[in-house]
Amino acid sequence: MIASLFDLTLCLLILAAAGAAVFGRAAFMAVVFFIVYGILIAIAWLRLGAIDVALAEAAIGAGLTGVLLLAALARITRRIDAPEPSTGPDRTTLATALASLVIASAIAFAFLTLPEPQGLQERVAENLADAGAENPVTAVLLNFRGWDTLLESIVLLAALLGIWTLARDEAWGGRAGPRHVTRPGGVLAQFGRVLPPIGLLVGIYLVWAGSKQPGGAFQGGTVLAAVWIVTIMAGLMQAPRVADRALRAALVIGPVIFLALAVAGVVAGAFLVFPPVHAGWLILAVEAVLTLSIAVTLAMLVFGPPEEEEKP
Amino acid sequence: MTSSALPPALALALILTAPLFGALAAMVTGRRGPAIALATVIATVAGILTLLVIIAGDGAFTLAIGGWEAPLGIQLRADGLAAGFIATTALVMGAILAIAGKPFGSGAQERRSAYTFWPLALLLWGALNAIFLSGDLFNLYVGLELLTLVAVALVGIEGKRETLAAALRYMMFALMGSLLYLLGAALLYAAHGTLDIALLATRVGNAPGDIVAAAAITAGLAAKTALFPFHAWLPPAHSGAPAPASAMLSGLVPKASFYILLRFWFEAAPDIAGTSVLMLLGGLGAFAMIYGSLLALHQDRLKLIIAYSTVAQLGYLFFVFPLAGGESAAQPWAAGAWSGAVFHALSHAMAKASMFLCAGLIIEAIGHDRLPGMKGIVRALPMTVFAFALAAITLMGLPPSGGFTAKYLMMTASFAAGQPFWALMLILAGLLAAAYLYRPLALAFALPDEDAPAPKAVSRARQAAPLVLALAAILLGILSAGPFAFIQIGRPGAAVEGLE
Repeated sequence: MIASLFDLTLCLLILAAAGAAVFGRAAFMAVVFFIVYGILIAIAWLRLGAIDVALAEAAIGAGLTGVLLLAALARITRRIDAPEPSTGPDRTTLATALASLVIASAIAFAFLTLPEPQGLQERVAENLADAGAENPVTAVLLNFRGWDTLLESIVLLAALLGIWTLARDEAWGGRAGPRHVTRPGGVLAQFGRVLPPIGLLVGIYLVWAGSKQPGGAFQGGTVLAAVWIVTIMAGLMQAPRVADRALRAALVIGPVIFLALAVAGVVAGAFLVFPPVHAGWLILAVEAVLTLSIAVTLAMLVFGPPEEEEKP
Repeated sequence: MTSSALPPALALALILTAPLFGALAAMVTGRRGPAIALATVIATVAGILTLLVIIAGDGAFTLAIGGWEAPLGIQLRADGLAAGFIATTALVMGAILAIAGKPFGSGAQERRSAYTFWPLALLLWGALNAIFLSGDLFNLYVGLELLTLVAVALVGIEGKRETLAAALRYMMFALMGSLLYLLGAALLYAAHGTLDIALLATRVGNAPGDIVAAAAITAGLAAKTALFPFHAWLPPAHSGAPAPASAMLSGLVPKASFYILLRFWFEAAPDIAGTSVLMLLGGLGAFAMIYGSLLALHQDRLKLIIAYSTVAQLGYLFFVFPLAGGESAAQPWAAGAWSGAVFHALSHAMAKASMFLCAGLIIEAIGHDRLPGMKGIVRALPMTVFAFALAAITLMGLPPSGGFTAKYLMMTASFAAGQPFWALMLILAGLLAAAYLYRPLALAFALPDEDAPAPKAVSRARQAAPLVLALAAILLGILSAGPFAFIQIGRPGAAVEGLE
């Protein structure tokens, strides 16, 4: 009874947060409600027992996306005066609302008529012993469907390249993003000293624990990225230069090693094989380098393209 | 796993990973883009030649990634269709990368656009190969995501205000398409417990969930293929990008989503469609064909003419849906409409990429692509204008080009199926293409204005790149028997029997 009451309240809150994010007049409020929405969705995943998804949603859906949106908002308001919010819904809004309604109805209709879901849980469990990870989610992500994850890690790099194309030509090669200066002894500066050690520990633990319990490269990488972002926003370090070889090597090392493993499978007449005997440590190794690359890529996404001209 | 499994695995590994390795290397080294691209072409082509020999000799095959069979793992599928698209893509990418060395070469100092172009172009190639070989709906989604992000970045690579606006608009359409596709894939997984196309073929029926899923997948992919009425993003995006990027965006990128549509309808869900849906898809294609052609007639910039032509040409790819099957099985060749659509997709890839590369060389020579400025350009760029004319022959569907073979196959299928309307549309498409391509060609051969500034010289070697592509599109018609037989290897049954 209490559980279903909780779920009902959660659903209503999710709808309310989504509504506030979509219909909010001020962009800042929309972003804040989007973050709230992400956290509520993460709780919903927890209620559904999908702890890995909940972690990813909280870290990436609410946390990282929220930071990206806030950073974008800061840039927009810094450069141009915000346009007057229009009164009343315009035609685009109405068309979008109509399209969303049609799609939502179609999903609801399809969902209600779905047969008993036929997941692959049993097959995953049967093959878990050979997969090299006790956590079925990690086994699926790294081994059974490793090719998807490998491509996803490269998708992140494509996004970063896309952001880098937005740099001004004169600024190319310079430090990513604006320079952050904070008041010494202020909240952010203090925070920037306390948080990183804890964050480092949590991030590395998430990757390490991922083979047995919920966690993994994407979740751990996001936490590590957050540590770096906080350190730089607190003005304790400077963002790296985009032309820095070490930075670029860190960006690609994860996908490169994963790709090399994929090609190594050719010896056995296959592609992307984790031999069962070695799968355990191979998965951990791939996750470790992927975490590094994911963390660096996500942080660079937040820092943005280089902005200041290079001083010789 | 015997030793005989090694060559196929090696071929697929090279095709899938060489462009991605190349992209990552280019991302690190900065100024070595052209050299890395050359190495990538060599490695990928080696893999493709091996694959072609294997498929021609032993037929189509599948490879379970990691040794995990479906539905647990992802299956790679190598058949005539996949290899045809992969080989064409390699040819087109090779020509584009060869010509891009000059505009995107780096001097002593690393430059922004010269740095980002090479990893983006190679990632685009890697995403295409991943899509063409995948037999899994979610893996196809990941490939599409990579392709989309890279394509958006390439549209905006010059960093100009209007190209950034075009890139953003393209991203909105493309992401909406991705989400719809993903929704469909999720519904199919929930209902049938698999994402594998071959397994889905035995399980997808006419349940409401299946129909909603098919609708979402089709709408999503149609938006990505710029099918009318989702076409608005295409002309500004394709014409605003630098020519080598335009060639990839127009020649190759929309073919990936069309390819997935072909795989989905003919292999995963051949029995789900009703006549009305097939007619709707074909009808939207016909509309796109007329609309794109008419707007192409009205443009005053060469790149916009070529971009609107893409809207039109992509339109009649969709004639395959109403035309497949019927009485065409009684023809001396089976699967006429299906083969015709594949021929059209491949020859359009070569011809359209060639045309955009030609436009790029013309811009290099005269500094812009406004039509009046092209007067008499044939004197300065004879090879380029020749290539443009050959590519135009393919786009008009005149013999002996690959475009002619495509139209011939589709038209005979149209009569055989008792639906002469589509044949009429194809004839009209050819006439309209002739009309909108006549204007730039006539100007190119006209006498130049006396006060016109002298065009800058463009090297013969670089003019050869679009010529090779245009010649390949013609050869696809002259030597059509070989490619025709090849793409039939592993052909789905529905290509002969039709949908419904």
